[in-house]
Amino acid sequence: MGEQVKTGVPDFSNWSCPLPLVGYPAIVMGHGGGGKLGNELVEHLFLPAFRNAALENLGDAAVLNLPSGKLAMSTDSFVVQPLFFPGGSIGELAVNGTVNDLAVSGAEPKYLSASFILEEGFPLAQLAAIVESMAQAAATAGVQIVTGDTKVVERGHGDGCYINTAGIGVLREGIQVGPHRAQAGDAILVSGTIGDHGMAIMSVREGLEFESQIRSDCAALNGMIAEVLETAGTAVHAMRDPTRGGLASTLNEIAQASGVGILIDEASLPVRVEVQSACELLGLDPVYVANEGKAVFFVAAEAAEKVLAVLRAHPLGREAARIGRVTAEHPRLLVARTAMGANRVIATQIGEQLPRIC
Amino acid sequence: MKYLTEFRNGEIAQRMAREIHAITTRPWKIMEVCGGQTHSIIKNGIDQMLPAGIEMIHGPGCPVCVTPLELIDKALAVAAQPGVIFCSFGDMLRVPGTDADLFQIKGAGGDVRVVYSPLDAVELAVKNPDKQVVFFGVGFETTAPANAMSVHVAKRRGLKNFSLLVSHVLVPPAIAAIMSSPGNKVQAFLLAGHVCSVMGYWEYPPLAEKYGIPLVVTGFEPLDLLDGIRRAVVQLEAGRHEVENAYERIVKFEGNTAAQKMLAEVFEVTDRAWRGIGVIPKSGWRLSEAYREFDAEERFQISGIHTEESALCRAGDVLRGAIKPAECAAFGKECTPRHPLGATMVSSEGACAAYFNYGRFLSAEELAGAGSALSGAAHG
Repeated sequence: MGEQVKTGVPDFSNWSCPLPLVGYPAIVMGHGGGGKLGNELVEHLFLPAFRNAALENLGDAAVLNLPSGKLAMSTDSFVVQPLFFPGGSIGELAVNGTVNDLAVSGAEPKYLSASFILEEGFPLAQLAAIVESMAQAAATAGVQIVTGDTKVVERGHGDGCYINTAGIGVLREGIQVGPHRAQAGDAILVSGTIGDHGMAIMSVREGLEFESQIRSDCAALNGMIAEVLETAGTAVHAMRDPTRGGLASTLNEIAQASGVGILIDEASLPVRVEVQSACELLGLDPVYVANEGKAVFFVAAEAAEKVLAVLRAHPLGREAARIGRVTAEHPRLLVARTAMGANRVIATQIGEQLPRIC
Repeated sequence: MKYLTEFRNGEIAQRMAREIHAITTRPWKIMEVCGGQTHSIIKNGIDQMLPAGIEMIHGPGCPVCVTPLELIDKALAVAAQPGVIFCSFGDMLRVPGTDADLFQIKGAGGDVRVVYSPLDAVELAVKNPDKQVVFFGVGFETTAPANAMSVHVAKRRGLKNFSLLVSHVLVPPAIAAIMSSPGNKVQAFLLAGHVCSVMGYWEYPPLAEKYGIPLVVTGFEPLDLLDGIRRAVVQLEAGRHEVENAYERIVKFEGNTAAQKMLAEVFEVTDRAWRGIGVIPKSGWRLSEAYREFDAEERFQISGIHTEESALCRAGDVLRGAIKPAECAAFGKECTPRHPLGATMVSSEGACAAYFNYGRFLSAEELAGAGSALSGAAHG
């Protein structure tokens, strides 16, 4: 399927609209009006970029072929600012975010919807770049974008571009993963460095700009997760992609859902030097910073080394690490062993992590 | 990360902790003044490495915590005004005023922005001549030079649309207030390294003499803190009370004299209210006469806002080490991290918030037990 989609991705490097969008270089209210302008967007932008059989019918709903068995469905909305950031864009996030939510549920992602809420005046060139990045991300992840919608809001009522994606995946047979399935004795693995996405965004956010080489880790994890599941099967008890709230929030959620205690070793957490430095500068803790291309695995201890080897052999998991284990002690609590050899409880944050005064 | 990782060496830390155990013969109560030090102590678990008799009391040195309710209410009033861009350090946004916090003002349409430097706020004022840009200038002597510089630059550039909402507080008067309060149990202080990097430590020998207490200028990394604690214990055990510098790589006796000159020009000493503690005479700075035109309190006519602190809150007693958080009647009832009444519940590192978040789950012994269960496991 991935191959099919790939051939449908237009080359945007020399992209120009064959029928210029009636001379509008930017989004106008009419683009969401369901008339000619809206149709032009579909025909000249969305369709060429996302082209596939289900989408081409342009019906009110996509008609999909799916194998029998259990389906997984997920949805997410994307409102990131800035829309383009080091290592990615809102478009890649929108595809990979939903793909990853399906993948960590044990499903093989198949089809996505994509809905755009655009602000009047939003440059069409930027929309084209976003759509292109979505098409490429979908091709890489091996999923098809089969239905969508566009609405336009008046200037000042949006932030340029919001995207919602929903996705359907097919659950793998025999796989039983869930945040409530972590067991005492499980080893905890993370597929790579933490905090990259959050700090990449922070480095370009207005008012906080700082020079940095940090790039978002935004990536589709379904390929890597499929390899892990093929290798370890039911030895994998829980998976999560630690996005908002970072690793700490994900581990706390699993500790709560499974009613177990979690112990991590801070010294074993993979953190890029530049991410660590930026966190020091702003008074943030990388365990609370968002990731968009990392997965956490709870696996039976005897399968841990095997899974780690699979992860490290994958391009997205080279820096995978074993970071801790599940215990029956202190249920529902995340405890970190500090580099000093002491322990601290890592609580869930009440809200967003904020740069500290001192 | 060089010059940081060296001060985070776990083995050396364990060795230093053993040394502290070896020299400690009696219980001692030591206060770390600065919120940054409290953060590091909790983050690294330093308090668990110390002998049972050594109690670290978390001091009032967190600007987020001690900024009085009244000033938060004033900030909210200014930030809610149309045509105002209200700039703040990030962690002030969540500090609750009487009815709301800055996040809620932002949600209701206020233009509230997080900046990392007050000079960025000055740039915003230059770029937005039709708006009034206000910077929330809180903090100790550490953040004061940059705030002073922002006003200085604004004056030099003739900006009429920049102002500072000031609530600067000072460490030495706070130490004096704690030491002279009835029921005080603090026996030694770790002085705030960053404050001393600006101010030096020439202000402190009279305090050490007057109250008979060891004062140790201390940094923020684990080894810095352990060294500061060790030196304080050595003095306490020997019955000495001197000012000592355990942060020599950053702090000089005279401090940053250029910064002090700027501070003396822009600010003047004033009485300040500390959240949960009350008014401490001559414990803060406000803009001096020459810079008064940049005072947001004057510009926005908010001096009429008066807010009483909670009568229930006993943050002052907690800060002095007189009571444990759970001994306060409001603890966990009227006062929680989501609805804090006083300084020590506002910040996640405040003593009350730390007790609320962690203390009700685990004792120190249980935490220590969790550690032994972990050792050897994580590295598999």
